[in-house]
Amino acid sequence: MLTIGNYVKAKTLEEAYELNQARSSRVMGGMMWMRLGNAKVKTVIDLSGLGLDQIEESDNVIKIGAMCTLRQLEQCEALRELYGDGIAESVRHIVGVQFRNQATVGGSIYGRFGFSDVLTAFLALDTFVELYDGGTIRLSEFVKRKPDKDILLSVIVRKSRRKFRYESIRQTKTDFPVIACSVVTGMVHGKETWYFSVGARPMKAELLEKQWEIPDNASEEVIADYARQAAAEFTYGTNMRGSAGYRQHLAEVLIRREMASILAEGR
Amino acid sequence: MEIRFTLNKKQVTAEVNADSVLIDVLRSLGCKSVKCGCETTNCGLCTVWIDGKSRLSCSVLAAGIDGHEVTTMEGVEEEAAEFGAFLAAEGAEQCGFCSPGFIMNVLAMVRELEDPDMEEIKEYLAGNLCRCTGYMGQLRAIKKYMEKRKSPVIKVREVQG
Ligand SMILES: Cc1cc2nc3c(=O)[nH]c(=O)nc-3n(C[C@H](O)[C@H](O)[C@H](O)COP(=O)(O)OP(=O)(O)OC[C@H]3O[C@@H](n4cnc5c(N)ncnc54)[C@H](O)[C@@H]3O)c2cc1C
Ligand code: FES
Ligand code: FES
Repeated sequence: MLTIGNYVKAKTLEEAYELNQARSSRVMGGMMWMRLGNAKVKTVIDLSGLGLDQIEESDNVIKIGAMCTLRQLEQCEALRELYGDGIAESVRHIVGVQFRNQATVGGSIYGRFGFSDVLTAFLALDTFVELYDGGTIRLSEFVKRKPDKDILLSVIVRKSRRKFRYESIRQTKTDFPVIACSVVTGMVHGKETWYFSVGARPMKAELLEKQWEIPDNASEEVIADYARQAAAEFTYGTNMRGSAGYRQHLAEVLIRREMASILAEGR
Repeated sequence: MEIRFTLNKKQVTAEVNADSVLIDVLRSLGCKSVKCGCETTNCGLCTVWIDGKSRLSCSVLAAGIDGHEVTTMEGVEEEAAEFGAFLAAEGAEQCGFCSPGFIMNVLAMVRELEDPDMEEIKEYLAGNLCRCTGYMGQLRAIKKYMEKRKSPVIKVREVQG
């Protein structure tokens, strides 16, 4: 059972960061994950008074504060306009509305959970994380780092003309995904580039980048072949939700569907 | 530590520990409609509204509620009874244990979504588990309740009859 000695609602980011340097301190997001653990936390640091609960849109980026809830993501019009229903699709299966009104983007990304839909979705986009001490770095770099004592301030998605699709498979509604895949495509430095992110393998999401020029009218067989190649570049594991082989098969199917859907829409 | 918050439109104070959770504080303040089903954020039974939004009180730190507004079923008794009558009329409850959380989330839904279709309703209520019924009665009750909200002349008694 989680035990907490002190609760502090931080007045400044500096205060939050200083308090968090103690080994037994923890920053709290929505507490949904942390509460299920057995940690003995000396000080829990609440960031909710620091204005990190806004989604801001500027000419070049969408900046999502760490304390934004998953429900805010799901309902964000700016993200919907840019990337269609993909972001909403990535979170709408997570437990229920009450849960998503509480679980935060910061906790989801900081946690770098293997099963994370949120991480899988953002990894395939042009995404950065803003850290209090560590500056702004690519999400793909952050994912590889071990958890430390920094504070995640925001997730920043660079706006670009990219197509985005997200799909996951669950054994039952609201369960963790057996596999989660996002596919993104767009022009990068004049070349058509495809990004694939596969999570819940059950290991955490990884990113694959391919410069593939695929015509919009590519046949089903051609698309299936690309999907097979992409899915084969990830490693998969076995747990109670599925075997490695089953996961690879599912990844192939989801990637194929997502690619076909993007190509059918035209770019 | 002492926290002050608005509970069902009344200012209250409570003495809490750093790791007290909201559900325990609410029950100690007499809101016995708030119940614990799973304690792991999965069942939705402990649903209350915080600043008007449905949340899971089993996983909210009470300390963080200071200055906020909490609504439990005791605060929306009339509306809850009205919808409860639709549940009863459809035979939608067996043990009834899931009902408090379910009713709170249905009332949140009708405030948030204008005219949800069945898929949207199911999605909104996906976090409210019922181990007895199979949900069909509840969905019928919601449909009729929403129809009634659209045309307030139909009385609950008529629906029951
Ligand atoms: C029952 C259950 C089912 C779930 N199902 C899914 C699912 O299907 N798909 C999915 O993608 N996710 C799922 N999740 C994960 C969930 O969506 C959240 O990602 C998770 O709860 C963490 O978010 P939180 O806000 O609750 O963070 P917390 O639990 O508060 O924090 C998690 C960790 O992050 C740290 N932290 C939080 N915020 C920050 C910050 N700003 N800076 C630095 N560190 C920080 C905390 O110290 C802690 O170590 C599930 C979780 C639960 C409990
Ligand atoms: S008791 Fe809170 S979700 Fe089950
Ligand atoms: S009626 Fe028994 S759990 Fe719902």
